[in-house]
Amino acid sequence: MTPPEQLLYARWLDWGARAGLALLVASFAAYVLGLAAPHVPFEQLAGAWSLPVDQYRAAVGAPAGWGWLALLRHGDYMNFAGIALLGLASLACTLRVLPVFLARGERALALIAGLQVAVLAVAAAGVLGGAH
Amino acid sequence: MHAATLVIALVCSAPAWAGDAAVASWWLWPLALFAVSFAIGIVGVLAGVGGGVLFVPIVSGFFPFHLDFVRAAGLLLALSGALSAAPGLLRSGLASMRLAMPLALVGSITSIAGAMLGLALPTDLVQAALGATILAIAALMWRTKKSEHPEVPAGDALGRALRLQGVFHDPAAARDVEWRVHRTLPGLAAFAGIGLLAGLFGLGAGWANVPVLNLLMGAPLKLAVGTSGFVLSVVDTSAAWVYINRGAVLPVLVAPSIIGVMLGAKIGGRLLRVVRAVVVRRIVIGLLLAAGARALLKGLGIWN
Repeated sequence: MTPPEQLLYARWLDWGARAGLALLVASFAAYVLGLAAPHVPFEQLAGAWSLPVDQYRAAVGAPAGWGWLALLRHGDYMNFAGIALLGLASLACTLRVLPVFLARGERALALIAGLQVAVLAVAAAGVLGGAH
Repeated sequence: MHAATLVIALVCSAPAWAGDAAVASWWLWPLALFAVSFAIGIVGVLAGVGGGVLFVPIVSGFFPFHLDFVRAAGLLLALSGALSAAPGLLRSGLASMRLAMPLALVGSITSIAGAMLGLALPTDLVQAALGATILAIAALMWRTKKSEHPEVPAGDALGRALRLQGVFHDPAAARDVEWRVHRTLPGLAAFAGIGLLAGLFGLGAGWANVPVLNLLMGAPLKLAVGTSGFVLSVVDTSAAWVYINRGAVLPVLVAPSIIGVMLGAKIGGRLLRVVRAVVVRRIVIGLLLAAGARALLKGLGIWN
């Protein structure tokens, strides 16, 4: 009774969510246990986390956009890998079911799925209001 | 119980701590966040609200983190919960992808706009507006009725064109339930508004999705709840990226909150059978009133 594209989406989303959360928990453990040195030391972080985001970034030298990729070796920015995976899960799943709609001639849903992929991709790319 | 008392004492005294003491004892904050999020996870499940709507006003009101970071964490928290629940809901047919997709598209576009607006506006204004919104949500929760199986004699033209109809199996009633929706255009407009608020304040939007799907569009209650979770996973993703790209993600805030809420939600799921939902719902409304008033007063500069 459940449409096949819905089952396909569910299977991909399940993997994406599990992988993202597992990565986040593991990297946070490495961060707080001091297994990987943070880019922003805890004491400096605690002095700056009450600032608005732009002032915070200037105060601690934090990157915007996808600049965190270059800092992945640090305990704090390691956490961004899991967060990014969670953020990309819906994009990957929608992209996966798009050909199913097209193959079945469901033009309206295919168009909606295509637009959704574009919106999520634009948001993830940081084109809108991201890296200042 | 003692842990809960300790956390409440710690959180209630937060504004007094928020300066130099917070620097010296930084590690207390992730611990307190974990405990508070754990409690939010429990009551959120019992009261049928997502964690974000409680998390943002409580943490922005009583913890030292700037609202920008709290809103980002609220979105990621709601997103994690929705992503965890959505696969099961989709598989069981209690969420309809067909129904969710147009609503999620509109909501995700406006949630991006809301997030950008939230990061552009003065913090005090956003904080005060957040407080007013939370108070309105509490009133909405108090007054809103639900309809298990709304009557939808015929779908509207747009709903028919998008084939927003189907059948799902209700395991509790042990029967298949046919559904269709109407008022698709007003529904899309409502989801545009919900998306804007979700992005602006970092709130998960289950509190608004379910009434719109159920009462306005006529989806059966169980389908509305399931589909709301799926819509949320897409809408919150879009807004979350704006905050992530702006650099508004603090792992020390995000990770313990997500872990706490998810563990709390598991306990809440088990307690669901033994706790009276009406009582918990009243407690949540009380919490929303207190946190909303605090956010409003903080935004207006009356109680900093």
